[in-house]
Amino acid sequence: MSAPPPPKRQWSWRSQAFRGLVYQVVALLLLALAVIYLMSNTFANMRARGIQSGFDFILGPAGFGIGESLFEFDSSQSYLYAYFIGLSNTLRVALMGLVLATLLGTTIGIGRLSKNTLVRGLCASYVEVTRNIPLLLQLFMWYFALTELLPPIEEPLKPLAGVFFSKNGLQFPLPVWAPGHWGSLLGLCAGIATWRLWARHARQHFEATGITKPVLLPSMVLILALTTLGWLLGGAPGELDIPEITEINVVGGGALTPEYLTLLVGLTVYTSGYIAEVVRAGIQSVSFGQHEAAAALGLSRSHELRLVQLPQALRVIIPPLTSQYLNLIKNSSLAVAVGYPDLVSISSTALNQTGRAIECIGLVMLCYLSLSLITSSAMNLYNRRVRIKDR
Amino acid sequence: MNSAVFHPIAPRAAPLSEVGILAWLRRGFFDGWFNSLLTVFVLSLLIWALPPVFNWTIWNAVTQADNAACRAAVGVGACWGVVAEKGRLILFGRYPFDEQWRPLVACTILVVLLALSCLKNFWRPSLLLAWVLVYAIFFGLMRGGFAGLAYIETERWGGVPLTLLLASVSLVVSFPLAILLALGRQSHLPAIRTLCVLFVEFVRGVPLISVLFMASFILPLFMPQGAKIDVLLRVLIGMTLFTAAYLAEVIRGGLQALPKGQVEAAHSLGLGYWQIQRMIVLPQALRLVVPAIVNTFIGAFKDTSLVTIVSLYDLTGAVQLALGDADWRKFFIEGQLFAAAIYFVACFAMSRYSQWLESHLNTGTRRQ
Repeated sequence: MSAPPPPKRQWSWRSQAFRGLVYQVVALLLLALAVIYLMSNTFANMRARGIQSGFDFILGPAGFGIGESLFEFDSSQSYLYAYFIGLSNTLRVALMGLVLATLLGTTIGIGRLSKNTLVRGLCASYVEVTRNIPLLLQLFMWYFALTELLPPIEEPLKPLAGVFFSKNGLQFPLPVWAPGHWGSLLGLCAGIATWRLWARHARQHFEATGITKPVLLPSMVLILALTTLGWLLGGAPGELDIPEITEINVVGGGALTPEYLTLLVGLTVYTSGYIAEVVRAGIQSVSFGQHEAAAALGLSRSHELRLVQLPQALRVIIPPLTSQYLNLIKNSSLAVAVGYPDLVSISSTALNQTGRAIECIGLVMLCYLSLSLITSSAMNLYNRRVRIKDR
Repeated sequence: MNSAVFHPIAPRAAPLSEVGILAWLRRGFFDGWFNSLLTVFVLSLLIWALPPVFNWTIWNAVTQADNAACRAAVGVGACWGVVAEKGRLILFGRYPFDEQWRPLVACTILVVLLALSCLKNFWRPSLLLAWVLVYAIFFGLMRGGFAGLAYIETERWGGVPLTLLLASVSLVVSFPLAILLALGRQSHLPAIRTLCVLFVEFVRGVPLISVLFMASFILPLFMPQGAKIDVLLRVLIGMTLFTAAYLAEVIRGGLQALPKGQVEAAHSLGLGYWQIQRMIVLPQALRLVVPAIVNTFIGAFKDTSLVTIVSLYDLTGAVQLALGDADWRKFFIEGQLFAAAIYFVACFAMSRYSQWLESHLNTGTRRQ
């Protein structure tokens, strides 16, 4: 007896596949029509208003100065370079903000779980206040505080010797680069290399014998010692560039403008409230049984935290932390409100000068999209390391 | 022959009491040396910081709108007189002074309805009708131009009414759009899925400011020639698209949380795609994400402050506008604190509401 022939697939107008195809074609057609309509409107409008289009402006001289930047810039340089300066300024504030917000947020998040009622209450109110007031308003308040409430430059606050804090921002001493510093750098590299080697040796030793060797403390001591040794061998250069007050301003040393400080402090404070909640939720997600099991195995409190609690909490923390990082990077665009020359504010100056709205805004969006993509793929890479390994 | 001698162990001390104020103090403040140290540190911090703050905000504060008295108190006490003097400008922006009862009434109605909508007893179809009615009244009152009410162009709207309007309209209008986007992202049709993913990921990847810039600079270019598009409408379109992308992700979370069996059961009953979505999927999925939707609303409420940058004066912008004059410039921080307090009360209440919802909404599906 032969098996019955497989049912022939009948094509019909009413089949799901055909209807699906029709829906998609209709949707794409509608979208194309809308795009064509909007484009034709745009071209007609641009002709009528005499607006130029195209990216040919990008290599022409920018014709405006930029208040602060990591690199030299003058108004005869191109728009492209101005955009690059803006991007570097955005990154300068965003990266610093990421680090500070993570540190502060983690501290506050752990504080919210403290056994101490006062600490818990203080951290909880910090989180509620920072999260429930719009970032822009917070930025305006910081800006006012940093530019109006601080003492003038003639009589600055001096929290430490050589550090000046006034309406003109923060000035601080910087070590002067001397050839002898190569020695310290070399020492640092040697320290890190020894640390990696020692860690590998300790892991292999553990896998072979089951006996752990201390890693963290000895390597910290090693790195510090080797760096100091290198510094000493390099002739112990210790010259500092200390800022000095003159009649009109402060010269020398490193300086941070009030705009940069406003943005950095505002972004850090706002985002740390969110990160604190992420960290708290992550720690709380580790079930109490894990703690009991660790205690039953005889793990010390620090081993328990490092080997049992942290790896499990990180799994829960990393994805929402990534979206907070992305938010911080996107929120750095509020720089335009306090006059910090970031990407958006340079682009809006360029827009006002050239009138090419589509190109300028498109460039900004492109930059932020790439930043978002890079950040989330980096965090995904890290997430892959900490997530549960399925076997 | 030795006889065992019974040596009783000395009795242990009674355990420390676990109830009463002393036990509470010990547990909460002095549990171990580290905790005690923390308590001492935080207490000394509070003792150092609180009295000056109290003196500045309350004890030495000037509450009359008296510029001379305020100037005398600079650095010593707050000048809440600035709120008395500029309060109406902060609350209503550039809306004509004599007509400001209109935004007041409009806002009151909107807030009352918002509060009523939070109560589960009022969750029925007639609530939708009430919202349509209230929006009609809101726009009618704000815009005027009939029944003896003077016409006020939208450029002059500002302050709290604008904040409420932008946040609530962008959420309400983006809601259906977000549902379509979320369903589209789950769809089996590749073209539709790709379009939805592209839109959502694009909007979520760029900052709101760039979307607002796009709305205010590029949107007018999209219009047919001669057609003017109002600033408020442009910003609303921008905010709606932005909110829709975020809301779509929230709703997708609800869709993904639904067990597959629900859809399969509906298929076996012979329901079509839209019937399944309308009667089976969405009611369950949306119920799961109501708290997250409230959080999205809080985000939208705070984000409205960004319209300041494209020169609409919502609450944040109105503060900057109100305190710009030379006499009161010194007292910016008091005005900003006043606005911050309004935002804080609103957002805090909403976030508490969302927490309450979370614990009261899905009790049916949770096992004890």
